[in-house]
Amino acid sequence: MKQYETIIGLEVHVELATKTKIFCGCSTEFGGAPNTHTCPVCTGMPGSLPVLNRQVVEYALKAGIAANCRIHQLCKFDRKNYFYPDNPQNYQISQLYLPICYDGWVEIDTSAGRKKIRIHEMHMEEDAGKLIHDEWEDCSLVDYNRSGVPLIEIVSEPDMRSSEEVIAYLEKLRCMMQYLGVSDCKLQEGSMRADVNLSVREAGSETFGTRTEMKNLNSFKAIAHAIEGERERQIELLEAGKAVVQETRRWDDNKESSHAMRSKEDAKDYRYFPDPDLPPVHISDEWIRELRESQPELKEEKQLRYQKEFGLSEYDSRILTETRQLAELFEDVASLCGNPKKAANWFMGEVLRLAKEKGREPEKVSFAPEHLADLIEMVEKKEVSPQNARKVFEKVFDQDIDPVVYIEEKGLKIVEDTGLLTSTLERILEENPGPLSELLGGKEKVFGFFVGKMMRELKGKASPDAVREALTKEIESRRK
Amino acid sequence: MAKIIDDETLDNVCILAKLSLNEETREKAREDMQKMLDYVEKLNELDTEGVEPLSHIFGDRNVFREDVVTNGDDRDAMLANAPKVKDGQYLVPKTIG
Repeated sequence: MKQYETIIGLEVHVELATKTKIFCGCSTEFGGAPNTHTCPVCTGMPGSLPVLNRQVVEYALKAGIAANCRIHQLCKFDRKNYFYPDNPQNYQISQLYLPICYDGWVEIDTSAGRKKIRIHEMHMEEDAGKLIHDEWEDCSLVDYNRSGVPLIEIVSEPDMRSSEEVIAYLEKLRCMMQYLGVSDCKLQEGSMRADVNLSVREAGSETFGTRTEMKNLNSFKAIAHAIEGERERQIELLEAGKAVVQETRRWDDNKESSHAMRSKEDAKDYRYFPDPDLPPVHISDEWIRELRESQPELKEEKQLRYQKEFGLSEYDSRILTETRQLAELFEDVASLCGNPKKAANWFMGEVLRLAKEKGREPEKVSFAPEHLADLIEMVEKKEVSPQNARKVFEKVFDQDIDPVVYIEEKGLKIVEDTGLLTSTLERILEENPGPLSELLGGKEKVFGFFVGKMMRELKGKASPDAVREALTKEIESRRK
Repeated sequence: MAKIIDDETLDNVCILAKLSLNEETREKAREDMQKMLDYVEKLNELDTEGVEPLSHIFGDRNVFREDVVTNGDDRDAMLANAPKVKDGQYLVPKTIG
């Protein structure tokens, strides 16, 4: 069989994290009772007037700047006309002629190394309502709560060649948007959605094949499956001497296959024209400069800084910067305890282990940074044993307790009380005459047996070092 | 000479605009559309060399609102405009989602 190359471009819709819709003062909160967040503007009543939410422009600019885009400093909105009940105006307000951002790129990491994916454009638009099929009436029900929720559509160039690259690109965008605070990018809530444009061509060919567009992809898994499935389907067609038809296909995640959408739904005559209700947006140099200066440190920069400044490994730096929330919590703990490496060990070990065990997403982990910093310091000063510290930390993780108070109350503090140590040691030696005589006879293996017994007896109130020292002294004096 | 509104163009416009026209209204619509195209043809006679394209008829720019929730739950008033309603939602003909 011939070798084929897969060519993929993505249209990614990202729901912006504004409090209100793009053109009216209705709440964007997810999960409200149907149609409780609607008004004449977002239900398309005649005579209503859309007014642009300033924050939408700002978020779109932040995203564009982070993705190395150029900015159309004079941009405007256009109407995209189509009839479908999820769209009450019979047109969607979008940007065709002068999208706010264009001509950018992001870098992705793949198993074959680093790769640049070019961004064709990013434009602002409004989301549509939600349609539910009603089995009883054999009708559809419409909820316009989502109608008018602001989106940016990020259109890539056809630069991806595999599902691995697509997932890496999506992860990249998601991470970037989350760091910028522009969107939470939750696929399951639909705040990040991807349409995949895919074609295949014989390896080495310079021209593109006919592409299809796949919609309804709402998980990374579905996207990967849809790409593999569509690649196979197109190659089979070509191998059989048939042509690929340019069409929109709908992915069915349950059946794990796609089918062509009816051509009527796919009528691509949108008759775009400038929206007369919305005056153009002028983005000043000043505004761009302000945003550029206030951009947060993004994942890549943080990763490099952790390696350089804190001496962390590439792997640890990558994991710790997975989300902005976790990275900032780590940085707070690190600076409070003054020991970034120890703090990193705690995060890589305990924090992420507990998050995984308790099924909590890393960005949802929340406790006062002082609490972990105090705990780290107490371990360093040998005021609490590492074992006990881990147990105490679980309480910090769950209930954000004050570890200093807790350790004091529960009597977990290591007391360099030689009285307690000596008396316990004497008692244990007395209770185990057999192993004692072996040890005195030179069988050093039994040493560990006594250390273990002591540690259990003292429940972490003495450090292993102190126990070893006391035991060595005692045995030496008895041998004499 | 402006483009002639032939049957094919008229049919296509009817599909896009969801219009169903009878013989009489169809001819009336054809006339109207023809007049519009003739008017645009007339405008095309103007020399617009060196004139900046206009993106909006008012000189306004940057008409913004701040990101503050100003609307409460006005569901019943909104739904009152709909011909059919069920469970707080708009009831519409079956659509394949």
